[in-house]
Amino acid sequence: MKITLKVWRQKNINTAGKLVEYQLDNVSEDMSFLEMFDVLNDSLTRKGEEPVAFDHDCREGICGTCSMYINGRPHGPQTGATTCQLHMRSFNDGDTIVVEPWRARSFPVIKDLMVDRLAFDRIIQSGGYVSVNTGSARDANEILIPRTIADEAMDAAACIGCGACVAACKNASAMLFVAAKVSQLAILPQGQAEHKERAERMVAQMDAEGFGACSFTGACSVECPKSISLDHIARLNREYLGAKLTSDNING
Amino acid sequence: MAWVTQTLSSSLGRKVIMSLTGLFLCSFLIIHMAGNLQLFKGDGGRAFNEYTYFMTHNPLIMTISYVLYTSILVHALMAFILTRHNQASRPIKYAYSKPEANSAWASRNMGILGTVLLLFIIIHMRTFWYEMHFGSVPMAEYDGKEYKDLYAVVQVAFGELWYVILYVICMVAIGYHLWHGFQSGFQTLGLRHKKYTPIIEFLGKYFFAIIIPAAFAAMPIYVYLQVHHII
Repeated sequence: MKITLKVWRQKNINTAGKLVEYQLDNVSEDMSFLEMFDVLNDSLTRKGEEPVAFDHDCREGICGTCSMYINGRPHGPQTGATTCQLHMRSFNDGDTIVVEPWRARSFPVIKDLMVDRLAFDRIIQSGGYVSVNTGSARDANEILIPRTIADEAMDAAACIGCGACVAACKNASAMLFVAAKVSQLAILPQGQAEHKERAERMVAQMDAEGFGACSFTGACSVECPKSISLDHIARLNREYLGAKLTSDNING
Repeated sequence: MAWVTQTLSSSLGRKVIMSLTGLFLCSFLIIHMAGNLQLFKGDGGRAFNEYTYFMTHNPLIMTISYVLYTSILVHALMAFILTRHNQASRPIKYAYSKPEANSAWASRNMGILGTVLLLFIIIHMRTFWYEMHFGSVPMAEYDGKEYKDLYAVVQVAFGELWYVILYVICMVAIGYHLWHGFQSGFQTLGLRHKKYTPIIEFLGKYFFAIIIPAAFAAMPIYVYLQVHHII
């Protein structure tokens, strides 16, 4: 199939970028979207041009590294999947595909389609952990947890931190990410001990990073490759407000 | 008190202020609609004028009305602050975006809808609230007691076709605003539950976004038709 690509090219974090058009004449519909980019980069390299920089790692939808805004949607037209799980059969012969990096103040573009997602790491560092040793697997098995709770925690823990929620949100809000990371610990006994500080600190860090506020449009959940539910955002609001009203932290 | 200011200036705290003021305004809409249904009574405005007298003289109502004015201002001001912040969170826009693929139009345009509603409230209060409190309203007498004849003011205002059309358009805007806003307010407070969220969504979409605006829109249409002897 023939494909016209309009790809965001940007030399580095300090320069302005622009969309550049490329023609690909021999694209197989069995290729993944990233393999199509490999073909593009191969041809660019042969012509002596700079290949397009893009993030990728596992290429099986579990690492959260790939991050392209394809034809107006994060991770492309399909739902519940990452860019590496998108195949060219989702497009038609002769299509023009616009590919841009995630757009958010907190995710500066490093080069071409690569963005700096360290803001997410700093949010995790601020409280997305359990700071005591919770024992071995055997100890965990001795704590009774209802199956429904365990499943819900697992659903939240499915977040791969790709940033599609931020990319999809009209406010570039990181609420779904923070909500998933707070939820996965808050509803389990091991995470209960620190649940108040965790909610307070992670939200404070989220705000400090410059992400927007939540408008509950639901775009994040629709575009999330792991389909993380808005239930977790409501829980984060509950956790945060509860913590603010009842924690011992009087200094904010 | 650092924790209070810190909480209220956080992104979540600001949304809580939006939620609480917004839901309070929703509760006001019920009262406002219920009261104004007196316009349909067809008694020459007596029930409506007695109702407006009660609303402007009852001490409890008068106190709550100041909470109401404050809520409108705080809701609008906080929306402005949040919108500025949210826009700053994405300084470079996408060249090509397809938001309709993942979210409802109303949910993405609460700011525009809200601006329309704020302008509407200003026009609405100028026409009725200002006239009632500071304007020269004709008097009406029922059983030897004098009442301000706000019904006459209503008849003059809703006798104008452009004014009726403006009202109907603004009621569509409030419908869209509440379609998203009512249920979203509960989300912000963390009130989401398998049993109650469907009820809240049903109320928000059918009662607040359709029935209430439709009832309000019917008032200018009814008065217009009556004033011009069409019905």
